[in-house]
Amino acid sequence: MSWLNRLLGKNETSGQIAKQRLQMVLTHDRADLPPGLLEQIKDDIIEVIARHTAVDTVNVAVHLEQNARENRLIAEVPLLAARRGTRG
Amino acid sequence: MSAQVLTVTSGKGGVGKTTVTANLATALAMLGKRVTAIDADIGLRNLDVVMGLENRIVYDLVDIVEGRCRLRQAMIKDKRQPELYLIPAAQTRDKTAVSPSDMVLLCDQLRQEMDYIVIDSPAGIERGFRNAVAPADKVLIVTNPEVSAVRDADRIIGLIEAEEKGPGQLIVNRVKPQMVSRGDMLSVDDVLDILAVELLGVIPEDERILVASNQGLPLVMHGLNGSSAGEAFRHVARRLDGESVPFMDLSVKPTFMSRLRAFMNGQN
Repeated sequence: MSWLNRLLGKNETSGQIAKQRLQMVLTHDRADLPPGLLEQIKDDIIEVIARHTAVDTVNVAVHLEQNARENRLIAEVPLLAARRGTRG
Repeated sequence: MSAQVLTVTSGKGGVGKTTVTANLATALAMLGKRVTAIDADIGLRNLDVVMGLENRIVYDLVDIVEGRCRLRQAMIKDKRQPELYLIPAAQTRDKTAVSPSDMVLLCDQLRQEMDYIVIDSPAGIERGFRNAVAPADKVLIVTNPEVSAVRDADRIIGLIEAEEKGPGQLIVNRVKPQMVSRGDMLSVDDVLDILAVELLGVIPEDERILVASNQGLPLVMHGLNGSSAGEAFRHVARRLDGESVPFMDLSVKPTFMSRLRAFMNGQN
C-alpha cells in the first residue's frame, strides 16, 4: 500500500519533517540544553527517585516544551508500585 | 527629518543579504528617497559589485573611520538614481578595523542628509554583525526556507532582542512555490510559526537575480514587468516606507492530484 500512500501524500512530506526537526532543535537551542544533556538529566532523575521507590525505568520520558518563548522541562516517571495496584 | 537605519542580517551566509540590501536600497531610491547603502562586510567587499559600482571606489568605510577622507568622499553616487549612494567596505582589512560606536557615529553624521541608511551585515554573529546592528533602528532578518538558515535566523532574533534592537522583521528569500506546494519546502507560514516574528517580505526564487548581479544592475531596475522577485523587492520597499502592500500570491494552481492529496489528509 506504500505506493498508494505516497500517491495520496499520506507519508510525511520533507517540508513537514523539516518543520518538526526545526521545532525540536530550536527548543534545545533556546534553552541552551543539548539533547544529550537531557539524557543525563533523565538518568539523574531516575537515580534520585529510585532511592525512594521502584521506578519503571524503561518508560521514563524527559523532554522540553515550549510556550511563547518560555521553556519547561517535563519529566514523566512511572512508578512500579502504582502499577501493581494495592499492596500487601 | 532624520534617516531611518535599516540593518540587513541573517546569521547564515549565502541566504541573499547583499542582494536584498542592493535591491531594497535601490527600490527605496526609486521611490524618491535619499538612500545610502553601507557595506559592513569588511574584508569581503561585495555590495559594490552587486550594485555595479566597483569601478568607482577610491575611499572606503575604514578610510572614513580612520580619518583618511571625509564622509562625502567615500560615498559613491549611483548615477542611475536621483539620490542613491554606496559606502563600500575595505577589502584588505578585517572587522576589528571598525567598532560598533564608529558605526553609530558614522550613521549619526549621515542621518540629517538621508531618508534611509541600509547596512549590509556580514554573516556570523561576531564583531562584524555587532558593528552592523549597533546603529540600527530596525533589523531586517533574511532567511531561506531551509532548516539551517531558519535555525540561524532564530539565533539572530535572540541576539538582536538581547541588544534591544528587536524584534526585527523577516524577509523569506528564495521561496520556490512549486516545491512548497508539493510539500518539499517549508512554507512561509511554517517559517513564521517557528520564528514568531513579523513578516516584511517574501521573495520568490528567480534566475534573473543572478543575471542582475552578473550585470551589476539590481533587479528592481530591470523594467517594471516580468520579474516577480523584482516586484517583491519593490513591495518590501513600499512597506518599509509605511505603505500597506498585500503579500503576493505565490501559490501554485492546485492540480487534481494535489487536491485529492489535501482531501485525503483532511486539509479541505
